[in-house]
Amino acid sequence: MSAVTAGRSSRGVVDLVFRARELSIVAALAVLVAVTAGVNGNFLSGQGMKDIFLNASILVLLAVGQSVVVITRNIDLSAGSVVGLVAFTTGDFLAADHGRGVVFAVVLGVAIGALCGLVNGLLVSFGRVPALVVTLGTLYVIQGLDHLIAHGRQINAVDLPPALLALGNGTVLGVPYLPVIAVVVMLAVGYYLRSYASGRDFYAIGSSPEAAGLAGIPVRRRVMGAYLFSGALAGLAGVLWLSRFGTVVADAANGWELQVVSAVVVGGVAITGGVGTVYGAALGALLLTTITSALVVLKVNPFWQQAITGALLLLAISVDRLLALRVARVLRRRNARHGS
Amino acid sequence: MFIFPRRLASTAALVGLVSLGLTACGGTTKDSAQQGADPKASAAAPASADPNAPIKEGLKIAFLPKQINNPYETIVDKAGIEAAKEYKGEAKEVGPSDASASSQVSYINTLIQQRQDAILIAANDANAVCGPLKQAMSKGIKIVAYDSDAAKDCRNLFINQADSEEIGRSQVKMLADMIDSKGEIAILSATANATNQNAWIDFMKDELTKPEYKDMKLVKVAYGDDDDQKSFQETQGLLQAYPDLKGIISPTTVGISAAARYISGSKYKGKITLTGLGTPNQMREFVKDGTVQQFALWNPKDLGYLASYSAAALASGQITGAEGEKFTAGKLGEYTIGKDGEVILGAPFVFKADNIDEFDF
Repeated sequence: MSAVTAGRSSRGVVDLVFRARELSIVAALAVLVAVTAGVNGNFLSGQGMKDIFLNASILVLLAVGQSVVVITRNIDLSAGSVVGLVAFTTGDFLAADHGRGVVFAVVLGVAIGALCGLVNGLLVSFGRVPALVVTLGTLYVIQGLDHLIAHGRQINAVDLPPALLALGNGTVLGVPYLPVIAVVVMLAVGYYLRSYASGRDFYAIGSSPEAAGLAGIPVRRRVMGAYLFSGALAGLAGVLWLSRFGTVVADAANGWELQVVSAVVVGGVAITGGVGTVYGAALGALLLTTITSALVVLKVNPFWQQAITGALLLLAISVDRLLALRVARVLRRRNARHGS
Repeated sequence: MFIFPRRLASTAALVGLVSLGLTACGGTTKDSAQQGADPKASAAAPASADPNAPIKEGLKIAFLPKQINNPYETIVDKAGIEAAKEYKGEAKEVGPSDASASSQVSYINTLIQQRQDAILIAANDANAVCGPLKQAMSKGIKIVAYDSDAAKDCRNLFINQADSEEIGRSQVKMLADMIDSKGEIAILSATANATNQNAWIDFMKDELTKPEYKDMKLVKVAYGDDDDQKSFQETQGLLQAYPDLKGIISPTTVGISAAARYISGSKYKGKITLTGLGTPNQMREFVKDGTVQQFALWNPKDLGYLASYSAAALASGQITGAEGEKFTAGKLGEYTIGKDGEVILGAPFVFKADNIDEFDF
């Protein structure tokens, strides 16, 4: 009996601490928006709000995919390249014939992304090559492939079917499509990771791959699944990129992998795996894009923007470290008190 | 124990893949490297100009754009390569996949080893490419800068797409016509250190000091870094921070298309006048839906064509790059070299709803 309550309450403490982590991002976001809106009311106008959520949507999707991988103590640096490849190839595909449906383009984009994820997953889980090296390699390979296909060409808005462009800035009941898609994906993944046994496996693997293996968790299959999922989401993000920006060249989303990793880490997903939620990662993405917008509205010199993002990253990592130490101490004390 | 060799093997496979990918981006052709051994003496052009010298056949010229995936530079370089066929030269395009000066340097070194007769470069940084270019010149290779200039003493000629002054001033005039020379305006540029952008912006500012523009006020120069998302956010920021903004000039192709795309799907459509420099294909949608009335650009095909002919004229000894020398650039006719070795292509061309469909680039 006492062991059960001890287990429950210590889980409660851990939960509280990590919910506090997400709440701190919400608080930071609230302060940021309040200050910016205080200086310039337009920031929170209907159009302003729409812009904030539209700007963040693609990064949120990528951050959700990335956090699943990072939770398993891996990383996917190829995400930005996949977005670029998918944006260009689906654009090229749709430009050839306007009759081709948007739904089909989405399916195609997700499939291309999943294929890239499959390659990453195979190399990492079955090839046992460190994820950093594998995905750095595929980053360049996919980018090279994209450049080869594009060969200096460009997809123009006029080449795309109106339905796809409408997906990028159209609304349903006044809410733009992109944020709706991002939120639905985030909630579904968040629920899966939290409530399904197989979802919990990802955390177990990230906490200790060896222990997870010994406990009978199919480590390779789960890691494989994480990459497949991250690739598929990057594919989806690629189609949305196309629909949002309309004009696409081969280096679309070039360098975004680092923004995505930043968003995930700022959002409280530990880069060492096992800790964090997709909600946090999504909030991190929202915070980073909103900072950029806010600094523009506040007329802050653009040279500061990157410095601020960097400082925020360092802050997030420091906070995580402090929290981890704190939690470990609390758990140790509880275990000692309840004895065994 | 068994895992180790397998890991090695897959690492090796990966390294192979990576280098394949890199080669694919590189675009240097091995064939031309071997051709480099050809001891043609064409590099030793005479020191004084001989306007009547014929253009030599089989001249080897190379285009080195800012980056090979830039659609605009692809158009320029293709036209230049086509022009080389007219004068029976061999032209090619090589270049980095990222727009950085350091990656251009290694391409210059390769081209020197291949003993090209002329190198045409769109410099990513006026000074960073200077050393290797000087080395090329010391070996008799002619250097022509186009699109974005290198420092004056590191090239023979600069083919200016249009006079910086002409571009800067004409952009302001174009916007002024559309907003009746009244109201707040902003500029959405590329990166804060782009040579050509800053030269144009300086002339825009100077033009705005004229009395006829006394009611127009430049409130901000924003930098979208030629990145879609950043350009979107900068445009949003401008519109939010300056609610009375009447017009935006975006003298960069990425900036103007991103700004147009954002405005076309926002409440600002029809309330803000956007103009700048863009290509007809990327702007067609936004001219048709009424977001943009008019924008300008020189003809990039003519730019590549002129650059190609000027390189041939230099390598054949028709010109040396001194002020006042004249040469004929095929169908474009005669050009005169101006101050500091600059050759100016002509005035920018204005695209609007009634003429945009005549162009496809």
